[in-house]
Order: sequence, then structure tokens, then C-alpha cells
Amino acid sequence: MTSAIHPATFARRHLLTCEGLKAGEINALLDLADNAAEGNRQVIKKRDVLRGRTLINLFFEASTRTQSSFELAGKRLSADVMNMNVSTSSMAKGETLIDTAMTLNAMRPDILVVRHHAAGAVELLAQKVDCSVINAGDGAHQHPTQALLDALTIRRAKGRIAGLTVAICGDILHSRVARSNINVLNTMGARVRVVAPSTLLPSHADRLGAEVFTDMNAGLQAADIVMMLRLQKERMQGSYVPSTREYFHFFGLDHEKLARAKPDALIMHPGPMNRGVEIASTIADHSRSVIREQVEMGVAVRMAVLEAMARLLPNH
Amino acid sequence: MRKLDASTAPDATAFLNARLIDPQSGKDEPGGLLVRDGVIADLGQHLRRNAPDRAVVIDCKGHVLCPGIIDMQVFTGEPGQEHRETLKTASQAAAAGGVTTMVVMPDTQPVIDQVALVDFIQRRARDNAVVNVHIMAAMTRGLKGQDMTEIGLLKRAGAIAFTNGKSSVANTRVMHNVLLYAKDFGALIAHHTEDPHLVDGAVMNAGEVATRLGLPGAHKAAETIVLERDVRLVEITGGRYHASGISCAESLAVIRSAKQRKLPVTCGVSVNHLTLNENDIGPYRTFFRLRPPLRSEDDRAQMVRGIANGDIDVIVSSHDPQDADVKRHPFAEAADGAIGLETLLAAALRLHHSGEVGLLPLIRAMTANPAKLLGLPSGRLEKGAPADLIVVDLGVPWVVDKVQLKARSKNSPFDESKMQGRVLNTMVAGTLVYQYANGDRS
Repeated sequence: MTSAIHPATFARRHLLTCEGLKAGEINALLDLADNAAEGNRQVIKKRDVLRGRTLINLFFEASTRTQSSFELAGKRLSADVMNMNVSTSSMAKGETLIDTAMTLNAMRPDILVVRHHAAGAVELLAQKVDCSVINAGDGAHQHPTQALLDALTIRRAKGRIAGLTVAICGDILHSRVARSNINVLNTMGARVRVVAPSTLLPSHADRLGAEVFTDMNAGLQAADIVMMLRLQKERMQGSYVPSTREYFHFFGLDHEKLARAKPDALIMHPGPMNRGVEIASTIADHSRSVIREQVEMGVAVRMAVLEAMARLLPNH
Repeated sequence: MRKLDASTAPDATAFLNARLIDPQSGKDEPGGLLVRDGVIADLGQHLRRNAPDRAVVIDCKGHVLCPGIIDMQVFTGEPGQEHRETLKTASQAAAAGGVTTMVVMPDTQPVIDQVALVDFIQRRARDNAVVNVHIMAAMTRGLKGQDMTEIGLLKRAGAIAFTNGKSSVANTRVMHNVLLYAKDFGALIAHHTEDPHLVDGAVMNAGEVATRLGLPGAHKAAETIVLERDVRLVEITGGRYHASGISCAESLAVIRSAKQRKLPVTCGVSVNHLTLNENDIGPYRTFFRLRPPLRSEDDRAQMVRGIANGDIDVIVSSHDPQDADVKRHPFAEAADGAIGLETLLAAALRLHHSGEVGLLPLIRAMTANPAKLLGLPSGRLEKGAPADLIVVDLGVPWVVDKVQLKARSKNSPFDESKMQGRVLNTMVAGTLVYQYANGDRS
């Protein structure tokens, strides 16, 4: 439907941010991902889209699911996948990010998947290398593939994204997932709310395109999607919220608060979950929870992004 | 060159055909100026065309002749971080930018908090620097904000004012005592105002831009809270206080009200905060990572108005050389600071060209006002005043090229920026230390 205005393809060298992605591009990726999801449920899951290509997972910050998701996505497309973790690399010996980038560049990878604890670090790195770069999370800035997999999960479960009310709840201040999701969901025509105590809200959050709530009951009212975010342990003991107990009382997703949302509201969480902190254990395993589907769609979306990028990789 | 004998050797320098601007008296008129023995010997209309015999003649071609700039906030790397900047390289940058007096900050390794170190800087400057160098000494030992330094002895050794460098004194009692004690010596306290707890971890101004970039932001209140506290302490103690670099409208309001109450309070602003805003950070450009951080466009406009109406006393470069090793990092992990000695005047002239600030108040904030605050005899065109002078072509267009800059570190936020107006000649105590040659800035 938007293809008349925007070409229904994703043709970018890098995927660094969701800011500025067009609806046509997002739909094109989600369509590709739908196909990939189908293929992932077959016995033979491997295709040769990236045969002969090298994908390097460069993770400066520990991650289990995103890294393994990218690794699997690369392998299912027949890429040679290498994982590099900072703890075992020369960064620990004092090498700068740019030097590391230049070193890796010399190894001639085709695609670099990068996670870094500093906002903007992936963009900085992308400026210095010759290959395609995918942002797998940079500080509190962006996590594009997470927002895309969330969009895919929603689209598959609800048949659409436009017109839905999505409540993103929790530590918005430090969340790259929230920022990317606000971008993508707005572009796709959803109504986005952010729900958090004021200490966990960034300033001018409304300017990002989200309605701001500090009362979770109000924020969940008639929501179609309840998206919970992880609250890191070091932020629970007095620095941003007084205690996990108080946080759960006011901002943890339990049955009572969930009852404010629509009866068919979906429950999402990017993981890893803190059961009993931001989400009641029984809710996490609720029939309307699509948390496991999110993980499945993560592989599919990452395959879609890699496949779209593969078309642009030089062939000589 | 012709050999000079005693009878024909020049004993003076005459600036002819100049537009004399004296920010002290407010005069702006055509004329000439005669320098002899390092001081201004004579000036006025009668010297416009005529130079005395045996004088070196500099034809100003109608360009501005005004006092050299006094830059109250210059960080160098000497001692301890000479790879970033030495007194020598900083002074060469200063000369090329029309800065004839630089006040160097004590944030060095070691910190300038002892008489012997003041003496060291003075000797190094005497031997290596081509412009005047004055020292702003630490007001607390090691800039730690705990124990007072020997303010009396340091002042006697030549320290021109006292500061806690890039950090605020968080302990209110220490700040109180420093102001009270410094008052007995008539010493000026210049303070960077920033609540250390409120800005902990912050790397830019809090607001929409920071939120979009996912960067931790420092609220403007961090600056204003400390400033308000300090003004209250000035009220109690009567100490002379200078807020070294304010950046937001709220702080300006605090200064204005303190001045209305006739408190001995003044303030400065960096040229960066007059000409740039937080949007310039764009895609994480670390050369725009400053302290205080660049604020909103509204705040910038307020700072400019503050200069125009005199509420802000001083413009500084806040020259802070940082090398690639600490700047070529992700924004949140890069160092603060930008160089500015060579671009201070040209950047400030943007406000003149845009019609936002008159030429006189603009030059005053870089010459007469800092001279008055620091008790210097320069910063004015007056018989007997030191011949610290600059000739400025207000109109000449040029593009900043970091390769051409003389500063040892190249972290200029104005790199590749278009400028209008530059220094043609810089004279310090009667000696020409810089001459602009078109196309060759060496």
C-alpha cells in the first residue's frame, strides 16, 4: 500500500538506526522475514544467499541472544560467521575502537554486526570500514533489528501495525529498544505510549513521538500491545527507583494492571526478563505472551536484513 | 637589507591610516598610533598620515587598530601534557589569533597550586612564549576542592586570579572560606559552575537532542544551582567573584540580579557558546563535546544578548587542546574541549556581521573588560599603555583549515568553517609577533 510512495525494497549499505526508515522499507524487510520464518520451520533451513561471504559479529558488550540470533541467521544463509568478543580481543589491551575497526577491515569482511556500550560507536565504526555494518545495539541509542522483530511479531499476531496502541513500559531512559521501537512503530502508524517513573524517562520523551505516562494503569488503558523493558539490577536500589519491591508494585506487569489493556492485548519483552521485577512470572508465561515468538522472529528478521544487504554487496 | 646605524635605526613603530577603536573610551575614529619603547607613545588624528622619522611604518589601509585580545581562559598541556600544547605553541596560536595576553589555567600535571610552579610557568613563558602569559592559580590544592592554597603567596608570586579549573568546589564551606580569605588579598575568584553530582556521567546538554542520540544529558540547572549558591556566598563574604563560563539563560538571570544588587560578581562566556549550539553535535561530533556543554539555540541567543547589553563581561576562547587519542572515540567516551585561540576573534566577529552585537561591546568583552577584572594596564588605546595591539581586517573571508592552525592539537569545532575577518598584525609590547601573509599563514 505504501509501495506507491516508497519503493518496497530495503536498499541501504548499513543499518544503523531506525530514525528515517520508510514504511516501504520496513514492510519489505518484514515480508522477507515472513518468508525466512517459514523457511526456519522446515527441516532443511539453509539457503545459499550469503555463500562465500564473511560476517563478523563484533560484540563489545556481552549478549547471548542477539549474538546467537545473528550467528544463526548468518549460518542459515551460508555465510562464514566469526564471533569476536571484546573480553578476548585487543580492546582489552587498550586498542581504540577505530584501530580495531581498521584491523577488522583489513580482514575484508562483507558484513559487520556490532554491539557497543557507547551511543554512536557503531556509526563511528561504519565511517571507517568498507563493508556493510549492522547496529546490534549502541548504548542507549538504537537497536534496529530488535524493533523490526517486534514489528514482525506484532504484524503476524495482529495482522497489522497501523492503528494499534502500543505501551512501552519500564526503563525508557536507558533503553535503545524503546527508541528504535518508537521510531518504527510511529512510521508504521501505531500510537505509541511510554510508561515509566519520571526518573526513568528521558527529557522531551514526547518529542520522539510517544505519549508519556507515569501511571501504569492509565498508560495501559485499552492498549493492544504491552511491551515491557528490562530494568537493570544496578538501577533498582535507590539510584533511579527505591527498590525492586516498590518498582514491581507500581510498574511491574501483573494481572491487575494487565486487565486495563484490551482483552486480547499481547505481552512482549525483549529479554532477558527479570521475573518479579518488571513482569510477574505468570504473566511471562501467559497465553497472550509472545515473548518466545519474538525470539523466533529475531532470527527471521536478521536473515531478512542480511538478505536485503546481500543484494547490495559488490560482486567482483 | 640595508645596514642600520645608530642615526637611522628605527626607534619606533607608526601605525598609519588606521581605524582606531578604543573600547575603554568608546572611541572609534580614523587616526594613527605611535609605539615607542614597548608602549603607546602617541595616538590620534594627527598621526593618520604622518610618521616621525626613523619609525617603522605599518599602513593599516583603513583597517581596525585596537588593543590585543586578553583571553581569560586558556588551557595548555604544560607542564605534563606537552603533546597536547606547550606555552610556546599556545602563544603562537594566540599571536595568530590576535590574542596578546593569555591567562593559563592551573589544570596541568602537576596542578599549578604552589609558588614554585607559578615561577616555573613564568620562566617558561618568558623564554618561549611570544605573547604575555599570566597564571590563574588553583584555589584548592590539587584542584580537589578541599584545602585552600596559599592564595596570598601565590598572588605575590604573580598569580593573577584563582580558580578551581574545570571543576566546581562542591563543598560550600570550602567555597565560603576561599571567597572570604581571598577578599583580604583583593584576589579574584573565577569559578566553573557545575554541580558535580547532577552532571555525573553526562556528556551533553539534557534535552531532545540528547534523548534522540541516546546520550546522558546534563541539565542546565547543574550550572545555575552552583552559581546561585556562589552568589549567596559573595553576599555573605564580599569576595570578588567571576563565573568563568556561563552557558544558559537562567544563569544569565542570576548574574543580572547579582549585578543589580551591586555585588562584586562578573561572568564570562566562551565564544563557542555564542556561536554554536547542541544541534551542531549532529552525528556524534566529538569536537563539539564541551564543558559546559553546548546548549539550545535559545540559550545561545540569550548569551549573545548578554554580550550586547553588557550583562556578560568577558568572552573567552576556552582553548582546550585535546589530541586525536582522546577525541577519536565514541562521543560518550571522548574528552571534553575545543581549541579556540586562533578562531576566537573571527568567530566573535560573526556576531558583529550578523548585526547581533556592536563592534565596540564585542571588542570590549575581549580587551578592556578582562583587563579591568585582572588589573592589567593593557586592553586600551592610551598614551603609556603597553603596545599590545592588533590590526584587524573585518571583511576578509577565509576558511578555517586545521592543518594551518598553529595549535598543536587540532580539535577545532570551526574546522572548515567560513569566517569573515581576521588579524593582520599582532604586536606585543612593541614587537610584531605575527603578520598575516595572504595565502600563507605561517
